[in-house]
Amino acid sequence: MKKHKGISYAKWGYIFVLPFFVTYLIFSFVPQVLTIYNSFFDNYRQGLTQIGPTFVGVKNYVTLFTPDKTGTIDILKYAGNTLILWIGGAIPQILIALLLAIFFTSYRLKIKGQQFFKTVIYMPNLIMASAFSMLFFTLFSNVGPVNQLIQAAGLSEVPIDFFAKKVTVRTLICSMNFLMWFGNTTILLMAGIMGIDQDLFEAAEIDGANSVQVLFRVTLPLLMPILVYTVITAMIGGLQMFDVPQVLTNRAGNPNRTSMTLQELRHVRRHLGDHLCHHRSSEPGRLQQSLQAVQGSAPEAGPDLREAAA
Amino acid sequence: MKNKENTKGRIQLMVARILVYAVLIVLSILCLFSFYMLIINATRSNAQLQGGFAALPQGHFLENLRNAWTDASINIPRGMLNSFFIAATTAILTTYFSALTAYGIHAYRFKLRKALFTFILAVMVIPPQVSAAGYVQLCYKFGLTNKFWPLILPGIAAPVVFFYMKQYMESVLPMEIVEAARVDGSNEFRTFNTIVLPMLKPAIAVQMIFSFVSSWNNYFLPSLLLTKAEYKTVPIMIAQLRSADYSKFDMGKVYMFILLAILPVLVVYIILSKSIIKGVTAGSVKG
Repeated sequence: MKKHKGISYAKWGYIFVLPFFVTYLIFSFVPQVLTIYNSFFDNYRQGLTQIGPTFVGVKNYVTLFTPDKTGTIDILKYAGNTLILWIGGAIPQILIALLLAIFFTSYRLKIKGQQFFKTVIYMPNLIMASAFSMLFFTLFSNVGPVNQLIQAAGLSEVPIDFFAKKVTVRTLICSMNFLMWFGNTTILLMAGIMGIDQDLFEAAEIDGANSVQVLFRVTLPLLMPILVYTVITAMIGGLQMFDVPQVLTNRAGNPNRTSMTLQELRHVRRHLGDHLCHHRSSEPGRLQQSLQAVQGSAPEAGPDLREAAA
Repeated sequence: MKNKENTKGRIQLMVARILVYAVLIVLSILCLFSFYMLIINATRSNAQLQGGFAALPQGHFLENLRNAWTDASINIPRGMLNSFFIAATTAILTTYFSALTAYGIHAYRFKLRKALFTFILAVMVIPPQVSAAGYVQLCYKFGLTNKFWPLILPGIAAPVVFFYMKQYMESVLPMEIVEAARVDGSNEFRTFNTIVLPMLKPAIAVQMIFSFVSSWNNYFLPSLLLTKAEYKTVPIMIAQLRSADYSKFDMGKVYMFILLAILPVLVVYIILSKSIIKGVTAGSVKG
C-alpha cells in the first residue's frame, strides 16, 4: 500500500496486532513452554508415593520411541492411525462440501429450500462429539438397528461386531467425522464463494463460459485462499482428533489400538494428570478422575455405553 | 443466457437439479436422523435405553424433563447461563480481535509484518492441548480457578480464526475503500470499525457461530478450571450425570439434558445464519 501525503500508517499495523500477540504470549506461549519444560521431568504418582519431580533429560522421549515387547513403536503406530483417519475423514468431506457450496451459490441451479438445507447440514455440529458417538454406538452395536437390518436381510447369520474390526471401526469414525464437519466446511466455502464479486460470474456468463469453465476459471482460483484454509483446518482437526475414537471404542482404541490417535497417547495423559495432582495436593483424587475422564470430552461414557447397548 | 437457452441446456439443467436435490435430501436425512434419535432417546426411560434402540417415542419425556430439572447435583438454568456467558463473550472477542489482527496484517506495511504473519501460521498447527497442561498448572498456581475470564480471554488470540479473516479480506477487501475513508479524514481505528467490519459480515457471522458452538460444547478446560457447582457449564454437568453412581444413573436424564443443551446453540445458529445470507447482498463491493 502506498503512503499517502507522506503519512506513515505503519504504527497502526503494530497497534492492531498487539492484542493478539500479548494474549498469545500469556495464554498460549508461556503455557506451551511450561509443558515442554515439564516433559523433561519425572513427575507422577505410584500408588500413594509421589515420584519426582526429578529432571530426567530426554528419558520421556526415549520411552516414547522405544519399541514395546512386540517390537512396535506406539507413537509411530498412533501417528499412522491419525493419518489414516484424517485422510478418510477430510478428503471426502472437503470434496462434498465444495460441491454443496457450489450448488448453493449457483444462480443457475436456483435451489429451492436452500435455507432449510443449509441449516440442516450444519446441525450435527451442534451436537457434542461425545453425544454423537453415543448415538453411533447405539446404532451399530450388536443389538442395534443396523445389525438387525443386516440379519433380517439375511446378509449375515450372526451380528457383525462393528467395533472389533479395524476396517469397520475406522469407517465408522471417518463417517462420524464427515457427518459432523461437512456442514461446517460447506458454510466456510460458501462464505468464500459469496465473497467473490458477482460481476465476475456475470461477465463470464456473457463471454459464453459454461458452468464447468466458470468453476475452474473463476470460482476455484478466487476461492483458493479459503480452500487452503479448509484443507489446513481439516488437517489440524484430524491431528487433534480425540473424543470420537475415544467414546466409540470404549477408551481402548480397539481393535488392537488401531484407532488410537496421537491425542490419546497415554504417556502424555499420565504425565499431565500426575503433574496436576502434584500441584493440587488438596484435591488430587477429583482432579485425577476428571483428567482421566477428560482429554477432550468425557470418555467415561464408554462403559455406560457398552452397558446400554449390550 | 436469456436468449441462448435451448432445449438441450434445459434438459441438462433439469437433470442437474434432480441430482442436486437427491444428494441434498439424502444428506439432510442423515443429519436430521441424529436429532431424531436424540429426541426419541429423551422420551425413553433408563431401563428402555439400556435395552437398545427404539424408532418411536416412548412417553417418558416429561418424566425425564422433571428428573433432569430437579436433579440435586446439577442446576440446569445456572449451567446454561454460565455456558451462554462464556460462549457469547468468547465468540465476540474471538471474531473481533481476529478481524482486527487480520486487518493489521492485511492493510499495513510494517517491518515485522511478514515475520508476524509467518509466526501466526506456524503456531496455528500447534494443538491447544500442548498449552493446556501448562495453562492449567499456571491457573492453579495463581488461583485462577472458578473464574470465567481465564476461559474467555485466550479467545483473543485465535490463529485459525485470524487466518480465515485474513483469507477472506484478501478476496473481498479492496484497499481503495480504506484509502477513500482516509481522504475523508476518518482515523484508522474508526475506519476499521465502521467501514471494514461491516464488509466482513458474512465471515464474522460464520466465525461467531463456529466459536460459539465450540465454546458451548467445550468440556476439557472448563472441567479442569471450574470446580464449584455455581460455575459449572453444561458439558461438565452432562458428564456428571453420565458418571453418576448406579443408584442415580439415568440415561433418560442424560439424553434430555443433551437435548436441552442443543436448543440455545440452535437459536444462535439460526439467528446468525440469517446474517450470513444478508451479508451477501450488503457486503458486495465492486472491485
